[in-house]
Amino acid sequence: MTVQTGAAESTDTAAPARQRRRGRRRQVGSRASVLSALLWLGPALLLIAGVVVYPAIELVRASFSRFSVTGLRLGDAGGTNYRRVLDHPDLGTVLTNTLVWVVAVVALTVLISLAVAQLLSKDFFGRRLVRWALIVPWAASLVITAKTFVLLFDFYYGTLNTVRDHLGMAPVDYLGSDTWIMPSMILVGVFVSIPFTAYVFIAGLSAIPDEVYEAARIDGAGPWQIYRRITLPLLRPALMVASVLNIIYVFNSFPIIYTLNDRNPGFGHDTSITFMYKLAFKSAEKDVGMSAAAGVFNVLLILVVVMIYLRVTRWREETA
Amino acid sequence: MSALDQVRDVRPVASGSRGWRRVRPYVLPVIGLLVGLVFLAPYLVMLLNAFRPSADIVQAPGSLLPREWQWDTFSQVLGDDRFLSWLKTSLIVAAASTALVIVVAVPAAYFTARFRFPGRTAFLLLVLVTQMFSPTALVVGIYREWFNLNMVNTYGALILTNAAFNLAFATWILHGFFSSIPQEIEEAAHLDGCSRLTTLRRVMLPLTRPGLVTAVIFTFIAAWNEYVVALTLMLDDARKPLPVGLTSYVTGYEQHWDQLFAASIIAIVPVVILFAVIEKHLVGGLTAGSVK
Repeated sequence: MTVQTGAAESTDTAAPARQRRRGRRRQVGSRASVLSALLWLGPALLLIAGVVVYPAIELVRASFSRFSVTGLRLGDAGGTNYRRVLDHPDLGTVLTNTLVWVVAVVALTVLISLAVAQLLSKDFFGRRLVRWALIVPWAASLVITAKTFVLLFDFYYGTLNTVRDHLGMAPVDYLGSDTWIMPSMILVGVFVSIPFTAYVFIAGLSAIPDEVYEAARIDGAGPWQIYRRITLPLLRPALMVASVLNIIYVFNSFPIIYTLNDRNPGFGHDTSITFMYKLAFKSAEKDVGMSAAAGVFNVLLILVVVMIYLRVTRWREETA
Repeated sequence: MSALDQVRDVRPVASGSRGWRRVRPYVLPVIGLLVGLVFLAPYLVMLLNAFRPSADIVQAPGSLLPREWQWDTFSQVLGDDRFLSWLKTSLIVAAASTALVIVVAVPAAYFTARFRFPGRTAFLLLVLVTQMFSPTALVVGIYREWFNLNMVNTYGALILTNAAFNLAFATWILHGFFSSIPQEIEEAAHLDGCSRLTTLRRVMLPLTRPGLVTAVIFTFIAAWNEYVVALTLMLDDARKPLPVGLTSYVTGYEQHWDQLFAASIIAIVPVVILFAVIEKHLVGGLTAGSVK
């Protein structure tokens, strides 16, 4: 059974790597013709080509074009748009913000979600209600959640400062001060990412058969050992899915930063996604071409980051 | 609480120190309650704010409880024709996108999990790359495409866009679930005379139910809350979905924070209901007992 192969792997990884690959290949199954593949994959390919790839090509085309302030295409721009993005004085700040934002939100989300998933995959009185509560931040529209947090964080009438006031503490300008805005945005980012991540982990945990735990216990493994040697390795697919998707979602996340950072001028607290949006719609330039070039950079950047992540965690050996 | 504390009790009820077994029925619900409260807190504030006049919400100094109660906000919102048409759009678009994603993703995921063919790795990589394209980054291209096809302001455009951008996730997660089902089960079904399609429908799909449920929930929620594309495509006020429509409660001209929050609470309800209905299927481990 697959599961046991996975468990054995963690104890001695070096030798059975080749063996494992052979095992995987057998599991992938028989050969099929390109024609039958087209039949089964056709609808997916059509949808991807029509609604994802085509607009992507349009984006690249726009990045090489000049536009008027109202968005009319004026002609070819060559590489000017790209050069102007690279020469932008705020680019360094924006990239640093993006790095801090993605790393902090993803790492905190995964760690906290592991704990939450562990709790929620156990039987206890009221578990269902807690699971329903967990779904709420995820079910709520991000724009609205972000607006609610703006209200919670507000300097004058925000709930957090009201509480601080009752405790005799000085109010904090969470969204206006350079020290507090990033942690505040990260808090909201983690808050809205946990439900989704925890559910990926709950599904992953529920797929691990009880027998595996029992066998380990009979062999005398302690709880921490069981978690590290059995649960985590078997949770690996779920961990991979959750981490990669979170990296992508968090990188592409727009409403939180856009809403919470709304009152601050310039690009001081923007990530590369809001930077791109503001270039087209909110900056002095209102430059669609430059924004499209930034968009192309964004797509390339996330592509590279995810590929590195997959390489480091050796995804292809497992799935492809 | 640290991850470590949680981790300690991976084991099912059968084992563990006697002390822990004794306090467990009391400790876990308490921790659960706290976790639940943390995740509900902002929405409880939202609910409180739905019951006070807009002016009271933005009056300094702040107060957690309404200084003045206003009980009819929810009936105001539910009696608002604009709100009802936004709700209708959201329901249609989210349900249709989800159905489309499942119908398209299941065959693709199953086939890539079970067969080797030229281009298999390329397809899986394409799916992965698709996942990285956010509609936000592509919104200019998306608008131009639907504009050229004369489909701006149509449900169809929004449904197809939502489906396309959520397809990757569903395919990926279902692929993982299909791969984890032992080949023997399927071979047994074949020996019993099931065709490929019957096997998929009668044997494989029931076994991947946790995966299906996950894909359905994720897609539905993503489509339900999609913002940027809907903002760009749905210019006709009556055809806007909820997240876009709701923001018009608070604009430069009118500031109805109370109605915004009441409407937001109502918008959460369908998702929670859907979740409550299919949540129990998430509890899986079905494959565990299938091969004896």
